[in-house]
Amino acid sequence: MLYIYCPHCGEHREEEEFHPKGQAHIARPLDPDNCTDKEWGEYLYFRKNPRGLHHELWVHAAGCRKFFNMTRDTVTYEIKEVYKIGEQPSVVADS
Amino acid sequence: MQHYSGFGLFKHSLSHHENWQRAWRNPTPKKKYDVIIIGGGGHGLATAYYLAKNHNVTNVAVIEKGYLGGGNTARNTTIVRSNYLWDEAAHLYEHAMKLWEGLSQDLNYNVMFSQRGVLNLGHTLQDMRDIERRVNANRLNGIDGEVVDPQTIKEIVPHMDCSDNARYPIMGASWQPRGGVARHDAVAWGFARGADSFGVDLIQQTEVQDLIIEDGTIVGVKTNRYGDIMADRVGSVVAGNSGVVAKMAGFELPLESHPLQAMVSEPIKPILDTVVMSNHVHGYCSQSDKGDLVIGAGIDGYVGYGQRGSFPTIEHTMQAIVEMFPIFSRVRLNRQWGGIVDTCPDACPLITETPVKNLFFNCGWGTGGFKATPGAGHVFADMLANGEANEMAKPFSMYRFHNGALIDEHGAAGVAH
Repeated sequence: MLYIYCPHCGEHREEEEFHPKGQAHIARPLDPDNCTDKEWGEYLYFRKNPRGLHHELWVHAAGCRKFFNMTRDTVTYEIKEVYKIGEQPSVVADS
Repeated sequence: MQHYSGFGLFKHSLSHHENWQRAWRNPTPKKKYDVIIIGGGGHGLATAYYLAKNHNVTNVAVIEKGYLGGGNTARNTTIVRSNYLWDEAAHLYEHAMKLWEGLSQDLNYNVMFSQRGVLNLGHTLQDMRDIERRVNANRLNGIDGEVVDPQTIKEIVPHMDCSDNARYPIMGASWQPRGGVARHDAVAWGFARGADSFGVDLIQQTEVQDLIIEDGTIVGVKTNRYGDIMADRVGSVVAGNSGVVAKMAGFELPLESHPLQAMVSEPIKPILDTVVMSNHVHGYCSQSDKGDLVIGAGIDGYVGYGQRGSFPTIEHTMQAIVEMFPIFSRVRLNRQWGGIVDTCPDACPLITETPVKNLFFNCGWGTGGFKATPGAGHVFADMLANGEANEMAKPFSMYRFHNGALIDEHGAAGVAH
């Protein structure tokens, strides 16, 4: 059971209140009309899927319903930090 | 290879079963192979077996970081069925089903394939529409299946709560009589023994740490125990760790790895002689020959490589099982575990060429790879032998996520993700 700190509510809550929404920091193409099929495909479907540190998007679905980001280790499941949308992570992988 | 038979069993009983030949060798790898397969699970071993048997490619090594069949092959709920919606997927899973039906004889190894039938329950009007559409599609593809009503379900599974009193009453189901279960360990061991008998080297306890790529072509792999091993072609069959191998090769895949859980109860007397699955309340259940109820859950929503699962998922699954089978409410769970499944956005696998020449991937089977073991091995062996996808594998290229030719099997996949 993950015990997650919501940066909007300022409280730790249990995993079940939250929904993971996948990899964070995926920028929507700036000029979508001129994207190739390959660019669209990679934007929509291709993911980092790291074994180790991962930055992901979560939503406090059964709480404040706001989105935030999390840096988490995908092997130990340790949550390194949570930070708001628009902010950059302070914990990053070496490579 | 020592042939297994009833007479052999009798003969060895006279020497107290102390003189059985080892099922496979434990060789030191050569410097170079025609084909290296990364990953010694069911799919990897099946690939090696069919490469040797059907394509006469025997200079092959399977490199496994743990022991054979110790990953998802040992962690699934052993369900085999082929009732998929779209032609591409249906052909692939039915190809596997046909191989399952003769597998024990082919391998001379009892994989305990038991065609006890699979029920996929419907609890809503939309479920029933989807089921009817899928069953019709199956029959057009020559796959057995029928839509059954609650009364028939009650006859097949008398202990299931088919009344209107349930929170989500059962409205009907699809029934595939040829579906069933198989002994997962025996599948890995049978393919391993078969591959070894053709001269394939099974290299265990050896981790591939990097790929050796020259001018965009793979030429070998770096291992932790035996240094560099060269190969003309390399096939990656590493399920949940496919993203890790892809990263070594320098590209991303349309995959995310999630923990998928299963659990078994204490052994009880025979009570359930078929396989019951429900998408809607979400749980699936069968009873092993040992007597334990084998129960499968959904995946955790987040990316994870820890081979365990979250507690809320266990709770949801048990709610669903008890909802369907109130009689199981006091059965105690014995063990629970997780495997790492590589899920694809369209719930169909990748059997694919990659941006690196001579490097091929068989992955993305997500929550439903076990049922395809012989078929996937058969098709992927063809790809490794000929260097290109055959008709059956073509639709499963990773480049379908560039051109949009997705094969949406979320409905037939049976596990929420």
